[in-house]
Amino acid sequence: MSEKNFNVIGKGKPRYDGRVKVTGAAKYCGDLKFPNMLYGKMLGSPYAHAKILSIDTSEAMKIPGVKAVITAKDVPSLKYGISPARWDENCLCIEKALFVGDKVAAVACVDEETCYKALKAIKVEYEVLKPVLDYMHADEDDMPQIHEKYAKNINTEIHQEFGDIKKAFAEAHYVRTDTFVGQRCYQCPIEPHSAVCIWQDNKLTVYSSTQSVHYFQHYIAREFELPMGDVRVIAPFVGGGFGGKLEPTGLEFNGAALSRITGRPVKMFYDRQEMFQHNRGRHQGTYKITSGVDKDGKILGCHVDFQTDGGAYTSLGIATAYYAGALLPLTYEIPVYKFDNRRMYTNLPACGAHRGHGAPQPKYAFESHMDNIAKAMGIDPLDIRLRNARRPNTETVNNFKVNSCGMKECLERAGELSDWRKKKKEGLPKGRGIGISTGSFVTGAGYPIYRTDLPHASCMIRVHEDGTSATLYSGTVDIGQGSHTILCQMAAEAMGYRYENMKMVASDTETCPLDFGAYASRQTLMSGSAVKQAGEEIYRQIIDMASTMLNLPPEDLKCELGVISSISRPKVAPITFEEVARRFFVLRGPLIAKGVYTPPRLGGTFKGAPVGTSPAYSFCVQAAEVQIDEETGKIDVERVWDVHDVGQVINPVNLHGQVHGALYMGLGETIWEQVHFDSNGKIVNGNLGGYMIMTALDMPPITSEVLEDSYEIAGPWGAKEVGEGATNPTIGAFRNAIFDAMGVSVNSVPLTYEKVWRALKEKRESENK
Amino acid sequence: MSNMIIDKDGVRRYVVSITVNGDEYTKMVKSNTLLVNFLRDALDLTGTKKGCELGDCGSCTVLLDGKTPINSCLMLAVEADGREFITVEGVASHEKLDHIQEKFIEHGALQCGYCTPGMILSAKALLTRNPKPTEHEVREAIAGNLCRCTGYINIIKAIMDASGQEIPM
Repeated sequence: MSEKNFNVIGKGKPRYDGRVKVTGAAKYCGDLKFPNMLYGKMLGSPYAHAKILSIDTSEAMKIPGVKAVITAKDVPSLKYGISPARWDENCLCIEKALFVGDKVAAVACVDEETCYKALKAIKVEYEVLKPVLDYMHADEDDMPQIHEKYAKNINTEIHQEFGDIKKAFAEAHYVRTDTFVGQRCYQCPIEPHSAVCIWQDNKLTVYSSTQSVHYFQHYIAREFELPMGDVRVIAPFVGGGFGGKLEPTGLEFNGAALSRITGRPVKMFYDRQEMFQHNRGRHQGTYKITSGVDKDGKILGCHVDFQTDGGAYTSLGIATAYYAGALLPLTYEIPVYKFDNRRMYTNLPACGAHRGHGAPQPKYAFESHMDNIAKAMGIDPLDIRLRNARRPNTETVNNFKVNSCGMKECLERAGELSDWRKKKKEGLPKGRGIGISTGSFVTGAGYPIYRTDLPHASCMIRVHEDGTSATLYSGTVDIGQGSHTILCQMAAEAMGYRYENMKMVASDTETCPLDFGAYASRQTLMSGSAVKQAGEEIYRQIIDMASTMLNLPPEDLKCELGVISSISRPKVAPITFEEVARRFFVLRGPLIAKGVYTPPRLGGTFKGAPVGTSPAYSFCVQAAEVQIDEETGKIDVERVWDVHDVGQVINPVNLHGQVHGALYMGLGETIWEQVHFDSNGKIVNGNLGGYMIMTALDMPPITSEVLEDSYEIAGPWGAKEVGEGATNPTIGAFRNAIFDAMGVSVNSVPLTYEKVWRALKEKRESENK
Repeated sequence: MSNMIIDKDGVRRYVVSITVNGDEYTKMVKSNTLLVNFLRDALDLTGTKKGCELGDCGSCTVLLDGKTPINSCLMLAVEADGREFITVEGVASHEKLDHIQEKFIEHGALQCGYCTPGMILSAKALLTRNPKPTEHEVREAIAGNLCRCTGYINIIKAIMDASGQEIPM
C-alpha cells in the first residue's frame, strides 16, 4: 500500500515495563501496604440458593483484632451491575444468596489469620432453597424463580431477523442443522483480584486490580452517592485480566464500607477458590445453527438459535448475549440472518466477558457447522470459506461497516503455510487431521458500557522542561497486553521523538485524563488515536518554535527521532528536540498537548444494534494439524498457523505475543479447560491443579504471520486490534482438525481425550456391525 | 530447634534466621507462617508473588540454597530457619540485569509479569545446573510455572537464547 517510513512504530521496541517486571520491582495491588492497614475478607454462602434468615456477628466481634464485621445493613442497598437495564447485584446479599460463594458478610481485621477466625465465627441461619443448576431446564415450571423480576429465569432474550430466512432456506440447494455445546471456562489470571480502599477525609481512594479505572470510579461513586471527583481509582500493575477484571467484585464496595467504618486502609483479596467463585468467565451454551447454501456452498441464509448459562447475575452478560450472534456475520458474507438467544439465570457463579467476549463458543459452533456442510457436499473446507469470505468495504447484514478486510488473503496464506492443498490431495497418515477456521473481532466497542456522551479516550503529553523526556498521561490500563509500550511508541512517532525517552503516568483517575480502559480490544485504536492527536500537537509546537529559532518557515522543517532539520537546505545544522523544547519552556511555559477520541456514530437502529459495532474489525485465520492416538484418545497438536489482518503493526513482538497467548487460551478451552460443579452447585475444581490450564509442556509450535499491506482507515496509522480476535477462530480450528483426524464429530467442548476415545470406539463398533 | 516464646494467648513464636539474597534476617514467626508470607510481609520482598497458595502456579518460586527452585508457599518459615534463598530481587547485580532477564525483555517473554519472577528463577536454576538444555528440558524446567498470557513460546525462546543456543520454533 503506502510507503512506510516510520521511525518508532512498526518496530519491536522492548516493553516499557520490562525492567521492573523482570526484577520483581513492579508492585501489583496485592503487594501494596499502607500504614495502619487492615486486612478484609468476605464470607461466602455455602449454598447455591438460600434465604438468609439471620446473621449473628456478635461472636466474631469479640475476637481480638477484629475491627469491623458488616452485613447488608451496613452497605448501600443500591443494586449494581454493568448495564443499567440489568442492575441485579448487591454489595452484600440482602434476602437471598444466589450461588455458592455469594457474598453474605465481610470483616476487617489486623491480619489475614484473624479474618479467617472472624469469618468462622459469623453465624448465618439459612433456609436452603432448591437451586437451578441446569440452564437448559431453568425455565421449566418446577424450577424456582431466582430473581423476582425475571420470570422463567430468563435474564436476556434476543430475537433479531435480517431478511426473510424462510425464503432463503426454501431457495437453498442444501439446508443443514447442527447443534454444538460449550462449557464453562474461567479466565484464570495468575494475579488474584485485590483492592485496597482508603476512605479518609471524605475522599475514597481505591487501588484495584482492574481493567478500567474509569468504570470502577463510576460504579463506586454511584454506589456510595459520592461525586466522581471524590473517588480516586488507581490500577497498579495488573497481573492479567482477560475480561475477568472489568467489573467490580465486591472487594471494592465492601472494602470501601469497611474503611469508612474503621477509618483505616483496608486490603481486600480473593484466594484462588474465591476467584473461581466470583468467576465472570466464559458462558456455556448450546448453539443450534441452521444454514442454507447454494450448490457451490455459498451461504444464502443462517438461523442461529442459542441458549446460554449466565449464572446468578447479569454481570457483563447482556453484552455477551448480543455479541454471541452479532459477530458471526463478520468473516462470511451472510445475506439473510436470524439470531435468537436466551441467556438464563442459574444458581451458579455469574458469567461475563472472557477474551473474545461472547464470540468464541458460537464461532466454534459455526466453524464446525461449516465443515459439516463442506464434508456433506464434498467441498474442501478451505474452498467453502474462500467462497463465503467477506470482502473489504462491505457492510454486514446487521449493519456493521467493514473497511479493511483481508479475509481472503488470510485464508490463502494460511493455506500456503500449512501446505493445505498438498495435504488434502495426498491425504494424511492415519490419525492425522488438519483443520481451518476464521475469526474477526471489534477494535473497540462503538458505544460505552453505560450510557454517556463522554469521549472514549483522552490523554495529555507534557514535555519535560529541558526536553530530555516526555510524559504521556493516560487513563488506559496495561493488564499485560503491552498497551503502555505501544502508546509510548505512538506518542514518540507523532512527536518526532524517541521511544526510549518516553515516560508514562497511567491508570489513575486523578492524574490522568479519562480513558475507558482495557476491554473490547480498544486501546490501540481508540486510546492510540487520542495519543496520536496529542503527539502531533507537540510536533506542531516544536516545529513552530524551531522555525523561530532557525529563521526558516515551519513547512521546511521536519522532526525525526528528536532531531529537527531543514527539508530544502541540508547544510543547515540540525537542532535537537531538547534545545527547542527548553527554549519553548523559557519563552512560552509548559510544552503540553491533549488528545481526545470519540468514535463516529455506528450501526443500525434495531434493538441491540450497538453491540458489536466498532470503527474497525480485525480478521484472521488459524489452521491446526493434530495427531490422535486411537488407543487412548490423546491429542497431539503438531503445529498451528495464524495469519492476521491487524492493519498497521505497532509492535511486532507484542503482536505475536498476543497471538501466542490467545491461541494458548483457545487450545486450552478446546481440550482441557472446564469448571466442574457437584450436584449442589459447588465448584469441585476451583484451583490450578484441577482446572487444567496448559503448561509449557503442552504448548504446540506456532507460526504467526500478518498481512503486511493491510491499512485500516479508522485506526491510527492504519492499526487495529489483535488481542481478543486471535481467540475467535481457535476452538473451531482445533475441532475441525480433530474432526478431520477422527472422521466423526464430537459435538461438544472440551474435546477431552476420553470423549475422543469413546467416539472412536463407537465408530469402530458401528463399522464392525 | 530455634528459640521459642509463648505469648499471652498461648501462641508459640519462633526466632528464625533466614538468609535471603546474601543478607541474614533474624525475625520472630508463628509456626504457621509460610515462607512466601515471611518474604513478602516481614521483608517486603514482594517480587515473590502469590497466585494460588497451593503449590500449583509457581508464582512464589524461590531458589533454595541458591540453586533448587521451590514453591515458597509450600515451606514454613520455621523450616527455612538457617537456610539460604535467592528471590527475584537477588537475580540482578546492582544495576546490571542478569543475562536471562535481558533475554526475557528482548524476546517479549513477559506480558502481565506476574509469573515472571518465578519463571526467571526456574530458568536460572535450569541454566545453572544444565547450561545447554534441549527445548524439551526448558519446557520441563518451567512446567511448574503457569503463565496465562504468553503461551510460553517467547519464554522458551528467551531461555534457549540465554543458553547461547539456536532459538526453536
